[in-house]
Amino acid sequence: METKGEFFQRDRRLHPPAYTPTYKTSVTRSPKHALLSLQNSLSEVTGPVFGHNEIGPLDNDLIRNYAKTGDPIGERIVVHGRVVDENGRPVPNTLVEVWQANAGGRYRHKKDTYLAPIDPNFGGCGRTLTDENGNYFFRTVKPGPYPWRNYVNSWRPAHIHCSLFGSGFAQRLITQMYFEGDPLIPICPILQTVPDKGALERLIAPLDLNAAIPLDSLAYRFDFVLRGRRSTMFENKLDGN
Amino acid sequence: MPQPLTYLQETASQTAGPYVHIGLAPHQAGFDIFAHNFSNALAGPQTKGEHIVIEGRVLDATGSSLNDALLEIWQANAAGRYSHPADTQDKPLDADFRGWGRTGADFDTGIYRFETIKPGPVVGRHGKMMAPHINFWVVARGINIGLSTRMYFSDEEAANAADPVLNLIELKVRRQTLLAQRGEKKDGKTVYHFDIVLQGDNETVFFDI
Ligand SMILES: [Fe+3]
Repeated sequence: METKGEFFQRDRRLHPPAYTPTYKTSVTRSPKHALLSLQNSLSEVTGPVFGHNEIGPLDNDLIRNYAKTGDPIGERIVVHGRVVDENGRPVPNTLVEVWQANAGGRYRHKKDTYLAPIDPNFGGCGRTLTDENGNYFFRTVKPGPYPWRNYVNSWRPAHIHCSLFGSGFAQRLITQMYFEGDPLIPICPILQTVPDKGALERLIAPLDLNAAIPLDSLAYRFDFVLRGRRSTMFENKLDGN
Repeated sequence: MPQPLTYLQETASQTAGPYVHIGLAPHQAGFDIFAHNFSNALAGPQTKGEHIVIEGRVLDATGSSLNDALLEIWQANAAGRYSHPADTQDKPLDADFRGWGRTGADFDTGIYRFETIKPGPVVGRHGKMMAPHINFWVVARGINIGLSTRMYFSDEEAANAADPVLNLIELKVRRQTLLAQRGEKKDGKTVYHFDIVLQGDNETVFFDI
């Protein structure tokens, strides 16, 4: 794994700006000052390293990792793909964490009061480490859409929240993956904060019939791209030796 | 036409939302699922260095605390070395210190808390020493892309004055927003107070790293 070079400058045109009034909560939570651009130092190119001993064997199986009396209700799906950087290089052994609502659109969270029922067999979170080629997969049930308080009739498209580390703390990323064909996608105030059409469409996972498990689960493919790294070191020796 | 460049583009960020705890801190969401859980305690009894507590709140433009914020910190060990292969400084690693932790703000009080050690200084660009600091990353509902900042220590005046990153901040008054204030000891550990202000007066300096 390339772990020394500094990261490419983040292309902010691909990301939502902080202030997006159609997503109302951002109004009071968005910095007004410009971000201060910082060239990478060791503080940015390094980041936490996670080991297989920290991940349980069922952690990436959301169908089984909270099952009490049977399988959770819902469409059984596999979500799989790769984590690569902007150079197309795999990001191996990196932690990918996911969380989602159940098939009815309800989260197992003490602050979620949506009237859809909790599924006794579904926790709604999972995690895995990518393999040496950057591959990952989860098994889960497809989350349901849910209403939220933005406009009086705002609904989230079905989505899975995803958290990635990469190999340095400046690669840290949280995003959401959506599902091909969801009619709520074009009217979602949160998804539509992404200003770049291509970047927005890359948050939508296509159906991947080739990865489906016949007579068992459909599959969706979702690749993550983290910031690229330069292959060269800093302008001078980093370690000061 | 020139040759096409073949770089991929970074996946767009999306808000962590109000239920981030399910995925990143399930105990706080109200359930137990994983055998191993990440936590806000970076330091164990064997970890070398001055054991400290960091406490504070994340505040919005109205001065209200974000009780749904999730914070992560990343720092060097007491000797000033990061536990990562890219850090090849000639300093010891500490087997009992990874240097990373996460926590959610308290749902009622909005207070977050980390138990860690004070990091040593780390060399920055051009060989200039950086004052001891802890890297913060904040996500929450309403934050579209995670916010990066640094926490420095109020009792490191000389090192702070020479820090190449603090010195990039043109308005000196804004440098204060990155200083954690040393407080009274609690249970034998020094408590540092560090509030993060997202918007308005005393808005914290956030970095595009
Ligand atoms: Fe959600």
